[in-house]
Amino acid sequence: MKIVVCVKQVPETTEVKINPETNTLVREGVASIINPFDMYAVEEAIRIKEKLGGTVTVLSMGPPQAAESLRELIGMGADDAILLSDRAFAGSDTLATAHALAKGIAKIGEVGLILCGKQAIDGDTAQVGPEIAENLGIPHLTYVKKVNEIAADHLIAERMNEEGYERVQIPLPALITVVKEINEPRLPSLKGMMRAKKAVITTWTAAMIDADPAKIGLKGSPTWVKRIFIPELKCQGQVFEGTPEEQVQALVDAIVGRKIV
Amino acid sequence: REQEITIDKTLYRGVWVFAEQRQGKLANVAFELLGEGRKLADQLGEPLVALLLGKEVAGIAQQLIAQGADKVLLAEAPELESFLEDPYAQVIVDLARQERPNIILMGATATGRSLAPKVAARLGTGLTADCTGLEVDVAEKNLLQTRPAFGGNLMATILCPNHRPQMATVRPKVFKPLPAASARTGEVVSVDLSHNVWDVRAKILEVVNEVGPAVNLEEANIIVSGGRGLCDPKNFALVEELAETLGAAVGASRAAVDAGWVPYSHQVGQTGKTVGPKVYFACGIHGAIQHMAGMQSSDIIIAINKNPDAPIFKIATFGIVGDVLEILPLLNKEFKKALGK
Ligand SMILES: Cc1cc2nc3c(=O)[nH]c(=O)nc-3n(C[C@H](O)[C@H](O)[C@@H](O)COP(=O)(O)OP(=O)(O)OC[C@H]3O[C@@H](n4cnc5c(N)ncnc54)[C@H](O)[C@@H]3O)c2cc1C
Ligand SMILES: Cc1cc2nc3c(=O)[nH]c(=O)nc-3n(C[C@H](O)[C@H](O)[C@H](O)COP(=O)(O)OP(=O)(O)OC[C@H]3O[C@@H](n4cnc5c(N)ncnc54)[C@H](O)[C@@H]3O)c2cc1C
Repeated sequence: MKIVVCVKQVPETTEVKINPETNTLVREGVASIINPFDMYAVEEAIRIKEKLGGTVTVLSMGPPQAAESLRELIGMGADDAILLSDRAFAGSDTLATAHALAKGIAKIGEVGLILCGKQAIDGDTAQVGPEIAENLGIPHLTYVKKVNEIAADHLIAERMNEEGYERVQIPLPALITVVKEINEPRLPSLKGMMRAKKAVITTWTAAMIDADPAKIGLKGSPTWVKRIFIPELKCQGQVFEGTPEEQVQALVDAIVGRKIV
Repeated sequence: REQEITIDKTLYRGVWVFAEQRQGKLANVAFELLGEGRKLADQLGEPLVALLLGKEVAGIAQQLIAQGADKVLLAEAPELESFLEDPYAQVIVDLARQERPNIILMGATATGRSLAPKVAARLGTGLTADCTGLEVDVAEKNLLQTRPAFGGNLMATILCPNHRPQMATVRPKVFKPLPAASARTGEVVSVDLSHNVWDVRAKILEVVNEVGPAVNLEEANIIVSGGRGLCDPKNFALVEELAETLGAAVGASRAAVDAGWVPYSHQVGQTGKTVGPKVYFACGIHGAIQHMAGMQSSDIIIAINKNPDAPIFKIATFGIVGDVLEILPLLNKEFKKALGK
């Protein structure tokens, strides 16, 4: 089976700074990594390939330097890596990102399964996966914690919700987004690292994937970020004083007095 | 960013709220959305509409009116019995194309975060994720959607000025429901689905409830959470005992989960659950930003930590500087006494 894993390059930290003059994120001096949730998606894809045969392609949209982190995934066992990179993609929101990635997947052709992480640790929206599936007209499952069964034409998986999980069957081709409970990603093997060093990372531009210019980049993004700001923490509360017994008593009085419990 | 506005916004009216239900029981977030939606609809001078999808759920439509809806669009069919993306999206997209709402809100729950992007992509409109603040610009009829990103380190206010409907998922427990008013009136409109050609590709084989309703963290009124400060797995029982006394759910920091003291389903934070109870106890939890991202909208936060400089005290309503192993048994005893248990 042909499997595609969508991986996003994200800043290594979530402790962000804002340039007060331009009101934009300061990206300089922050190293990039593959979105941690996407590592679980890559691992799961490799496991499925080991079971069913086929290929694993990692696909990313981002600036040219994203190519280097894709190499690491070839070291883990991905067969090839494709980077969608073009100035025309800049400023894409989730809808525009999903359009570009879906076009990339369509160009790869005959893909049986697509995996995404649960969400990216920077944008945090968890929207790109389901939006790719909708663009391709295929079904999707989110928050998958286990793939129970997979064959050429269907997949059975456990998807998490607030109360537990559901075991669901969907026909392939389909897209799933995975949570960290699903597996423990492997480290790159020595052989893999050798292969990764020599691997050619394919780059596709917007024109090469036949992306609709009206559906990518800033122009193709219905959402606009109007303002970004660092949240204020709530003001300092009350720290009780006295012996542990006195402190506990004061706390219990404060809570019981409010008739919450 | 400047962009020419090319749509006629006067064609779009109404604030729609997706009334999430499971087995005929409405999720709390549906009432929270109605409370907030009522405010937005009144400011815009537009109706507030609840979308109720399910099998034989007409009986709960009145609750939505009592909690603020002017109208309930009721879509009943066997295909809608349990939540599945395909049939739910199909019904909502068809209704949105016919009725042209201005705004559609859904809970940022497992259901809402899977359904909303499918609907938004099919409608070709924008979607703002996991909002914690909503306001309207009445003149432009735009929704100002504020949401956390970067694990809560950053807030962004997002607009969708040139596409309709404006769509957002809204974090549970952030907004307050209105008090139920059984005298409120509204209309319930049944959607005719008799000619629908259903699109159902997925099949639910099994439903497993791991957490009883009492320990469902997202819905809990009180949560007692423990962190690495408990030092030892057996001390986690102190957290569980206090939770039991208070009828509370048990939460945990990632450090406690990674140490294997408690299952991942109890983890609170950026990569765990987002909670907003009335009272949140953080016992031996440092207050890493990733933890706080999941609990800072709790009404009352109680921190128990031996380090007075732990960042958790910055957001705590009440704090006790001390050893959790000593404080927790005392607290349990005093609460039992106060509650007559
Ligand atoms: C502060 C801030 C707030 C934002 N809020 C919104 C918003 O509310 N709505 C909106 O539409 N956009 C929003 N955006 C834009 C959005 O974050 C990104 O531009 C979009 O490209 C990716 O969304 P995400 O990071 O949320 O990814 P998610 O949807 O969380 O990512 C889920 C999965 O999709 C795949 N994926 C995502 N991006 C890529 C990629 N570039 N290449 C390959 N795979 C990928 C990965 O598998 C990933 O695990 C926001 C951006 C910022 C900076
Ligand atoms: C991408 C990413 C995602 C993450 N997601 C999450 C998440 O979802 N949830 C989460 O919780 N974390 C998350 N983390 C981890 C987070 O950064 C912290 O490492 C974690 O929250 C620490 O847990 P802790 O406070 O229990 O432990 P510690 O940081 O070790 O703190 C223990 C605290 O207990 C106190 N203490 C010690 N002994 C006692 C005692 N006897 N009595 C009283 N107090 C005592 C100490 O003073 C200290 O403040 C994430 C990290 C990353 C990088």
